[in-house]
Amino acid sequence: MSNSTAEPGTPALSIRSLGKRFGDKVAVNGISLDVPAGSFFGLVGPNGAGKTTTLSMATGLLRPDAGQAWLAGIDVWAEPLRAKAAMGVLADGVRLFDRLSGRQLVTYSGLLRGMDRDTVAERTEDLLRVLDLEDAGAKLVVDYSAGMTKKIALATALIHSPRVLVLDEPFEAVDPVSAANIREILADYVAHGGTVIVSSHVMDLVQRMCSHVAVIAEGNLLAAGTVDAVRGGVSLEERFVQLVGGRGNSEGLSWLHT
Amino acid sequence: MVAHLMRLKLALLRNSFRRSPWQLVGVCIGGLYGLGMVVFAVTGTALLADADAALANTILVCAASLVTLGWAIVPLVAFGVDLTLDPARFTTFTISRPRLATGLLLSGFIGVPGLLTLLLLGGQFLAWRRDPPALLAALAGGVAGALMCLALARLTTTSMARLTGSRRFRDVAGIIAIIPLILLGPIIGTAAEGIESVLDWLPRLATVLGFTPLGVFAALPGDLAAGAWGLGAARLVLGLAYLGAVLWAWERGLHKSMENPLAPHTGSKPVGMGAFGIFPATPRGAVAARALTYWLKDPRYAASIVVVPLMPVLIWFTSTNSGNPQLMLVLGPLLGILMAFAISADVSYDSTAFSLHVLTGVRGVDDRAGRVLACAVFALPVTLLAAILPPVFLGRTDLLPAILGISLCGLLSGFGVASVASARFTYAVPLPGESPFKTPPGAGARMAVVQLATFAIMSVLLLPALGLLVAQVLTHHAIFGWLALAVGVVEGAVLLVAGIRLGGRWLDARAPELMQAVAANR
Repeated sequence: MSNSTAEPGTPALSIRSLGKRFGDKVAVNGISLDVPAGSFFGLVGPNGAGKTTTLSMATGLLRPDAGQAWLAGIDVWAEPLRAKAAMGVLADGVRLFDRLSGRQLVTYSGLLRGMDRDTVAERTEDLLRVLDLEDAGAKLVVDYSAGMTKKIALATALIHSPRVLVLDEPFEAVDPVSAANIREILADYVAHGGTVIVSSHVMDLVQRMCSHVAVIAEGNLLAAGTVDAVRGGVSLEERFVQLVGGRGNSEGLSWLHT
Repeated sequence: MVAHLMRLKLALLRNSFRRSPWQLVGVCIGGLYGLGMVVFAVTGTALLADADAALANTILVCAASLVTLGWAIVPLVAFGVDLTLDPARFTTFTISRPRLATGLLLSGFIGVPGLLTLLLLGGQFLAWRRDPPALLAALAGGVAGALMCLALARLTTTSMARLTGSRRFRDVAGIIAIIPLILLGPIIGTAAEGIESVLDWLPRLATVLGFTPLGVFAALPGDLAAGAWGLGAARLVLGLAYLGAVLWAWERGLHKSMENPLAPHTGSKPVGMGAFGIFPATPRGAVAARALTYWLKDPRYAASIVVVPLMPVLIWFTSTNSGNPQLMLVLGPLLGILMAFAISADVSYDSTAFSLHVLTGVRGVDDRAGRVLACAVFALPVTLLAAILPPVFLGRTDLLPAILGISLCGLLSGFGVASVASARFTYAVPLPGESPFKTPPGAGARMAVVQLATFAIMSVLLLPALGLLVAQVLTHHAIFGWLALAVGVVEGAVLLVAGIRLGGRWLDARAPELMQAVAANR
């Protein structure tokens, strides 16, 4: 499943005029974006900007009201099964089957994708090892810490060696050592031809880690391109604040000046 | 050492009175109250000496069983066990295990409940005072019965001590709490039926109880009074074996708790691959393995079928009350349908964990079939038993094929209907980890409508097989029964396959919408 059948130059993910409305609120306002194959792509934006909604629509979890999404050239909403086979997704804010042990959960994810038992078993052990979950593998996921839960969810997204990884807030609650390990795994994956899309609101991390970045706020795409092009000389965080706005109220809490 | 432990218990009791006079007052009031009850009960027992021996035996066995059961259960539910001599406190001492166990057990008699129980059960001899062998047996049996009470209480609390505080315990306790509530209706109903019907089944109950750990010692004098020396001897051996087993189990638990003192419980014990190693390594097999794991580990699933083991009891109550034992024949079809519908809320129970199924692109038909397979692992044997046993016991084997056909039709077509329904409708159910008996707001109306509709569909689907059963009863031709079996199985199988296919197709088409629906239930 990891071989690249798509023509060279095909974006890893391509979305066009993707839109979603929840009741009166426009969550995503017709975003179009190309994620180049082989890039380490950061999706940044303030809380409630529409990052998770956009990624859910691009990965087949949430049906868009408008627009289209192609994953490695496969229309996600016309050929969902083919598209899903090519991507590994870490969704944010969803539960896991947490009455399974970590090892069972990763195995489950592999078997659901139709992989054979031996490959699943081998890769499960590899994943548990690199994610430092070997000892916890036999424990129920419900007893995991938040960081461990994130890591085991990441393992379920990696087991089938997907062409594109879509990770929604992969570093939340993960300890620094594990985060470094995960970054290394992801960098290695990109170096060998994979594409990673991460959402985050830690600008520092995105600036260090990613080759490309897109800034979203209030459902609109504000900027996209290589990290250097988007930040234009200043730090990504400064540029982000310029783009998104909303600063300048720090005078408000005078009672806080003790 | 045993005497030492008993003195220790006495000293602890005395010191606690000194520290808090109010405790002494409490113990005195409780003791007096209890003593009054015991005197009252024992006086009643003495009156039984003039009654029929069989009646006396029935009453004593039932009463003693109730007391013993109380000792086994009340400490768990009320958590009011006297742990003055908590075994954990002896962890650092080198006391031989049997001695510690004996000492701890006997020290239970030093204290109000233990002493009163000893008096109460020992007082049985008054009922048998006209029959010297029975009198002696009653005395010995009373003491042994009181020991059994203490041993059971120790066993249940010791085994529970390892569970209390763990997630698993909370899971299980929540379910156990609901069982008496479900049975309350028939119990009250039976009681209201009047003493006559109670007297009808009490002797039978006493006969059964007399062979369980609860009533075995109390039934001993009755045997001797009736001259059944062989039975009495057998019962004595049985009782001692029970007592030995309980003590052995408790002592083992004690030993374990002392070797591994309870640390704050974090994390569960390691689990292997479980069902994943048993089912085939296909998407379908994986779904089945996961679902079966949940059936065993998630209390919400257990709660949804907690009514299944109670159903035979409920129907048995109803059928004996109405004097129509044939009512037991509905057990098979009823359990079949009930258990099949247990999977109708499956996706709702998954909650947003269902996203894994959406993201991995598992085919809908695999999802449906896997869930059915997991449920069938236990639902099929249970349904078969519930269909086969009642006709056999009622001596209506002529109806067996038809009942079997209707039951299997109910189970299989129920699976089919539930597979379609759960691909389309979600309920607001308790979230993973929540109490299985919590009713989420806004659940009622929709659930009622969906369930009413599915049950209406079920009754229509069962019509052909039911019609053939009626034909058999009216014409007395066995051929109709066999036809009912054939029609039921074939119809059920066809509907099962069709339901899985249709449900699978709906799931493929609507997985994101279903995902949204379960996310909204959060």
